[in-house]
Amino acid sequence: MSQQKKNLSHLGINRELQKKMFYSMLRIRRVQERIDQEYLNDQMKTPVHLCVGQEAIAVGACEAIEQTDYISSNHRGHGHYLAKGGNLKKLIAELHCKSTGCSGGFGGSMHIIDTSVGHLGSSSIVGGGIPLGTGMALASKMKNNGRVSVVFFGDGAADEGVLYESINFAILRKLPVIFILENNKWAVCSPVTTRQTSKNIFHRTDQDLLLTADINGNDIAQVYKTMVQAVNRARSGEGPSFIECDTYRILGHAGCETQDPKGYRELNEINEWKEKCPIKSLKQELMNNGFLENNEIEHLESMIKDEIDDAFAYAVNSPLPSAEDLHGSLFSE
Amino acid sequence: MPWSRIKTDYIEPDFYGKEITGQRRLTYSESLNEALSQALEIDSSVFVMGQGVDDPSGMFGSTKNLQEKYGAKRVFDTPLAETALTGIAAGAAMAGMKPVYFHNRPDFLYLALDQLANHAAKWSYMFAGKVSVPLVIWACIGRGWGSGAQHSQALQGLFMHIPGLKLVMPSTCYDTKGLMLTAIKDPNPVIIIDHRMNYRNQGYVPEKMYTIPFGKGVKRRNGSDVTVVAISHMVTDSLLAAEELYQEEKIDVEIIDPRTLCPLDEELILASVLKTGRLVIVDMGWKTGGVSAEIASLVVEKGFSSLKAPIKRVTCPDLPTPSGYTLEDVFYIDKNQIKKAVVEAVLG
Repeated sequence: MSQQKKNLSHLGINRELQKKMFYSMLRIRRVQERIDQEYLNDQMKTPVHLCVGQEAIAVGACEAIEQTDYISSNHRGHGHYLAKGGNLKKLIAELHCKSTGCSGGFGGSMHIIDTSVGHLGSSSIVGGGIPLGTGMALASKMKNNGRVSVVFFGDGAADEGVLYESINFAILRKLPVIFILENNKWAVCSPVTTRQTSKNIFHRTDQDLLLTADINGNDIAQVYKTMVQAVNRARSGEGPSFIECDTYRILGHAGCETQDPKGYRELNEINEWKEKCPIKSLKQELMNNGFLENNEIEHLESMIKDEIDDAFAYAVNSPLPSAEDLHGSLFSE
Repeated sequence: MPWSRIKTDYIEPDFYGKEITGQRRLTYSESLNEALSQALEIDSSVFVMGQGVDDPSGMFGSTKNLQEKYGAKRVFDTPLAETALTGIAAGAAMAGMKPVYFHNRPDFLYLALDQLANHAAKWSYMFAGKVSVPLVIWACIGRGWGSGAQHSQALQGLFMHIPGLKLVMPSTCYDTKGLMLTAIKDPNPVIIIDHRMNYRNQGYVPEKMYTIPFGKGVKRRNGSDVTVVAISHMVTDSLLAAEELYQEEKIDVEIIDPRTLCPLDEELILASVLKTGRLVIVDMGWKTGGVSAEIASLVVEKGFSSLKAPIKRVTCPDLPTPSGYTLEDVFYIDKNQIKKAVVEAVLG
């Protein structure tokens, strides 16, 4: 990721940015697919929660912010981690419970971190990361360092009262925080329709207090453009934003595709959303406009495959933590 | 609310000697207030938050005038939302700030448990030490005057159980300042559980900043017959009991004040029991699975051969706190129960 300050003064997305975002989404997708394929080999002894179908949200949001900005992520967090610039080798090593993993083998798939890119660790308590990300924004405001904080959470977390409490405080203090609700329709096997009766109540908020948007989360241009507005608002001290992204969890709640229990949702529903794949649609757009050729895609695919092969090799060849490591860093020095 | 009439003002003995403490005597709240003021003064990352911290009578006077001195950006009232506010404080700590979050009562910390136990306490371990959470949570046990089941709980046993939290329970004016300054300096989540009866204390407190190491208890009274390990305000009641026992029964009580429950000064407790052979533990928390159970287990595990008699525990009964004063009188422990337990431990 470029260290240079991104120019967000216009809402337009140029060809380079589109291609960069395409690559970034494709990379996340291929990483998730490889994890899915290898999961039954039982080398990754950690419950994985894959984000296939939701890549546009992570990438569109992270492309609109800087490396020094914060994100707060959750159990379904590989996409956020990679989109923010998190180290792939250390992610795969963490899934293999290795000492070289991003969390030293103490975290597993649900607890990943890369402080060098503003990712201070993901929570697997649904909604737990919402106040943490809000607190990072409070720190930014108090230090006046211009950093924004982006909080990713799902519709399950929108069931939790802590969201209301956090947004209230963010409005009260005009914090530079952007709440991104990834409405993927499912919390484990519970549909959102049995848990919430209507659109989220924050959409009714006064826009001066809280900028809100209800967008197609599988359209990366929409995600990016909305984020640009929210980031500009946050950096200029105007306060928080709430962006609901309509999307879908293509795979099961946890584990690999074949472990998804059958019968709780219709196959048609999954297939319809597969058609709305954010990567497929951007690829089509780029190809239609002559910005992307088949041979270029092949080249990208091969680069990504090599990188993933390397990451898995690194993980497999890395040492495991041993008994002496157990006490670890219960307390910081 | 005349809760404070339950006890009279208490002049602390000169525990540390004037060469350490100087000649200045402060009230308990003045001492804690000075610690906060000095921390805010020297470190711009320190801030004080909590419902009522800008109230002149807020936190029993501990946070008085801090907002006037350091501004509303660094000393601020909060919504009551304990869950989110704890997470917000923890998130700010992860991003380099040092929040001190005040609660009038430990009872409200139940609302904060997800962020305390699932997040703040786990972050360092779960991420192999890559992020630290320098967060101080302060809450004050509100014994007395009908405070009842939801405004008087002593929850130290609960917090002592959770790995990743440091737990501090001061008992003197000198300690409340030094321990608060250590807590603010510590890069980990620290819970300070105070007791509002401590607020009747006056004692010698140096003006300069000083810290008190965690995990170092103190001997409050030297004795030879029996060890009393007393927690927080129970130190004061134990001292009164010890003086009377010496006068009335010629029983010579040694009093140990651990000051911090995590880390716990095991050596000091074990050395004292080795000397006296008898142990009474005094804690105003519940008996089952609590602080007294843990300290008793420690001594049974590591100092069994020192014991000449069964360990006695003086705690509140395993019940919610009743509100009515006749019931409060029998629910709470005081000097008399301590004396009775000590006599039983010594005479059998």
